[in-house]
Amino acid sequence: MPRPGFVLDVDRSTPPLVFHHGEGFRLEKLPAGRSRVLYPGEPLAPLDDVDGAIRHALDNPLGDSPPLHALLKPGMKLTICFDDISLPLPPMRKPDVRQRVIEAVLDQAAAAGVDDVHVIAALALHRRMTEDELRHAVGDRVYDAFAPSGLLYNHDAEDPDNLAFLGTTPHGEEVEINKRAAESDLLVYVNINLVSMDGGHKSTATGLASYRSLRHHHNVRTMLESRSFMDRHRSELHSSNWRMGKVLEDAGVKIFQIETTLNNNTFGSSGPMSMLQKREWEWSVRDRASFAAMKAGLDRMPLKARRAVFQGWKAPYGVTSVQAGEVEAVHEATTENVFRQQLVEVEGQTDVLTMGLPYVCPYNVNSVMNPILVACTGLGYFFNMYRGMPLVREGGVVIMSHPTTWEFHPVHHPSYIDFFEQVLAETTDPLEIESRFEKQYAEDEWYRHLYRNSYAYHGVHPFYMWYWICHGLSHAGKVIVVGGETRAVRRLGFGAASTLQDALEMAEDVVGRDPTITHVHNPPLVMADVK
Amino acid sequence: MKALVFSRKPARFAAAMVAGALRPGRGARVGPLDLRDIDPPEAPTGADGWVRVRPRLSGICGSDLATIDGKASRYFEPIVSFPFVPGHEVVGELDDGRRVALVPVLTCATRGIDPPCHMCRGDRINHCERIAYGHLEPGLQSGFCESTGGGWSVAMMAHESQLVAVPDDLSDEAAVLIEPMACAVHAARMVTDSEVAVIGSGALGLLTIAALRQLDNPVGPLIATAKHPEQRRWAKELGADVVCQPDELERQVRSAMSSFMLDNGQLTCGIDTVVDCVGSEDSLAQALRCVSPGGDVLAVGMPGVTTLDLTPLWHRETSLRGCYAYERDDFDRAIDLIRDLDLGRLVSATYPLSRYEDAIAHAATAGARGAVKIAFDLRDERERNHL
Repeated sequence: MPRPGFVLDVDRSTPPLVFHHGEGFRLEKLPAGRSRVLYPGEPLAPLDDVDGAIRHALDNPLGDSPPLHALLKPGMKLTICFDDISLPLPPMRKPDVRQRVIEAVLDQAAAAGVDDVHVIAALALHRRMTEDELRHAVGDRVYDAFAPSGLLYNHDAEDPDNLAFLGTTPHGEEVEINKRAAESDLLVYVNINLVSMDGGHKSTATGLASYRSLRHHHNVRTMLESRSFMDRHRSELHSSNWRMGKVLEDAGVKIFQIETTLNNNTFGSSGPMSMLQKREWEWSVRDRASFAAMKAGLDRMPLKARRAVFQGWKAPYGVTSVQAGEVEAVHEATTENVFRQQLVEVEGQTDVLTMGLPYVCPYNVNSVMNPILVACTGLGYFFNMYRGMPLVREGGVVIMSHPTTWEFHPVHHPSYIDFFEQVLAETTDPLEIESRFEKQYAEDEWYRHLYRNSYAYHGVHPFYMWYWICHGLSHAGKVIVVGGETRAVRRLGFGAASTLQDALEMAEDVVGRDPTITHVHNPPLVMADVK
Repeated sequence: MKALVFSRKPARFAAAMVAGALRPGRGARVGPLDLRDIDPPEAPTGADGWVRVRPRLSGICGSDLATIDGKASRYFEPIVSFPFVPGHEVVGELDDGRRVALVPVLTCATRGIDPPCHMCRGDRINHCERIAYGHLEPGLQSGFCESTGGGWSVAMMAHESQLVAVPDDLSDEAAVLIEPMACAVHAARMVTDSEVAVIGSGALGLLTIAALRQLDNPVGPLIATAKHPEQRRWAKELGADVVCQPDELERQVRSAMSSFMLDNGQLTCGIDTVVDCVGSEDSLAQALRCVSPGGDVLAVGMPGVTTLDLTPLWHRETSLRGCYAYERDDFDRAIDLIRDLDLGRLVSATYPLSRYEDAIAHAATAGARGAVKIAFDLRDERERNHL
């Protein structure tokens, strides 16, 4: 029986804690008597028969939806869309659950005589997936059957000929999505719901949308009104997507949603990184030796080699649930399954929140975690992993550990480079950035060209990263990066500290002497339910 | 009298080249520059209109540093005469006490050539066609001519055509910038397009930014590169819309001009005019990458012997144009700008002649040390008042 996540009060006997630190780790002692650690739950037991669970979900849909086979008719247009490279993190070992689900859907489609099928990576404004990445997600069988004839491809949010405008929400939000998906008789969406933010109407209304549509919820106002965007019922991001979902429905877009959840088996129960999902005081002698050896090795390795090691890691996740059917009913069940794994009840807020940021976030798979992504991972994703209220009090201090090198992937993140050099050099204020610079980047022909023809994130994407952090930015009194490259950290507008002790001392200038501290021991993923 | 003298000593010149390559400004220690007692310069025999100028402040210019560190092109050999006293950015006083700024370019009038050449007749004194002739030893400017002396001394000779009266409301610090500001005004007047990038925010770059912004026909978006924090601050204050690191220029221009970028960094569109105030191989190559097809690259900073791929110049019909010195009326505008913008603030430090090695080292690393213009201060030189 896996143990749920819990909160540890740090005392003198608490051993040093592992902080993720990019492509490495730090061991840190937190002050006894006023620190607590939020540990994730142990991996839930995976489904024994994933393929059977998928078939069961397709045949027994949730909500007001017939089974999939009843929706499939000869001569129909079927489009299968799936979550892109940004999920899950790190990528999962083969076979990816998307492959299993898509194969099951295609089996039923073939049995029903459906032969007009397109398979689309729903990547919104993310970079296009490479052939290897697509093969990993959908499997060789599906790739070889569809890609050569152009029936498996990446969504292109900048292709005016292949976008369909479907209407406007009562709030004036324009809804424009992939034309093939919109005009199909059935749109099957295959999701991996890694965190509670994913899925639901967001899958289609965001994943298949254009900039014209996305800008209505990917903006500063929406983010400031989402407390947090991991809690759908208090997230304006989701409210907007749900409104758009209604427009899709009213426009006659028939969606059969398939959502899956994974357990916390990120680093494996055995193997070189297995100690990372154990609690430090439970480490065996072998775990300690393995960690020491791994850390020593990593510390001596050039960054490129370290990055290759980490980016090569495929997580042995187990699938914990599969739900299919009507979007909202499916997503309710999915969210419960995500919470079952990740949610941990926490009593109250503290003065300081610490976090060790890992090497990967949704936007640097097989890439570089540039400083903007560091900010987004810490102050966007990790900070927002709460329900109720943030783990740190308003005006408190967020301390993030990451090398934060001034380094960018030139192919994947060209507009990030310019954003960092040009926009953040002028201001770090999200509202000013949005009003002064967003349009120029969003409409830049060069970025558009690179997004469509190379493997670049859309020109506007770094803006969204910055908007993602605006709730954290406005809430925290100070943000400090431990062990980061000083000039890059300063460009972000954060404070730079060489050690955690220095950071805590800097924090005292903001929150007073002997502050209370929460450390989020993440990943594996944990979400705080703060009472 | 006391003066810094630059002699023709090949061995020491070679040593300066090595030392200067290792550390900018180090050529002053080992090269052919010495502090010496020399005879005061005299007016050319039988020539009229020559007066003695006792320098008060004399600036250290990029071309001086290139000479001292052995980086100057051999192109100059026929148009300088050794030994010479450097120093062409000069504010000094005449024997009657009037303060003057020096127009160091040596023209037909100063050389006793009559009738003057076509260029001098047209007031284009920087293009004098008799540059190495007449009754002066060869020298493109005072400060590079054996006959006239230069500003790094307690006295030099100047022709009355070289003198500009310094208004009383201008401090010496402001007045020592008149000559470099005139260069900047001249450069800015050569810019006719609306969008401009300025490479380099040393003293000349900053003054050029100021001149571009203050000209009657103001330019549009002005992008400047600056390596150091204080340079960035000044560039902004003096009118640059965007200030970026040198290696960010291509991306800044690409972004501003909605250009595409080729794999080698070459922009497909680009900016109308790039004003290169550095003059290095890298800066000129960067200028060619950033300028628009049919655009202008203006070489304001003194280049040396340079290897440059001119294919983009040919392919994109770019014009590469030099920009040397000034014409006489650039000085009037320079004085106005210096006064209006209170540019005397750009003089960051002054040194006595005896500390010339420190002064030159400071000037050679001015940007990194948060400085802009370094000058020699001759006002307290004891000898000065006994000449």
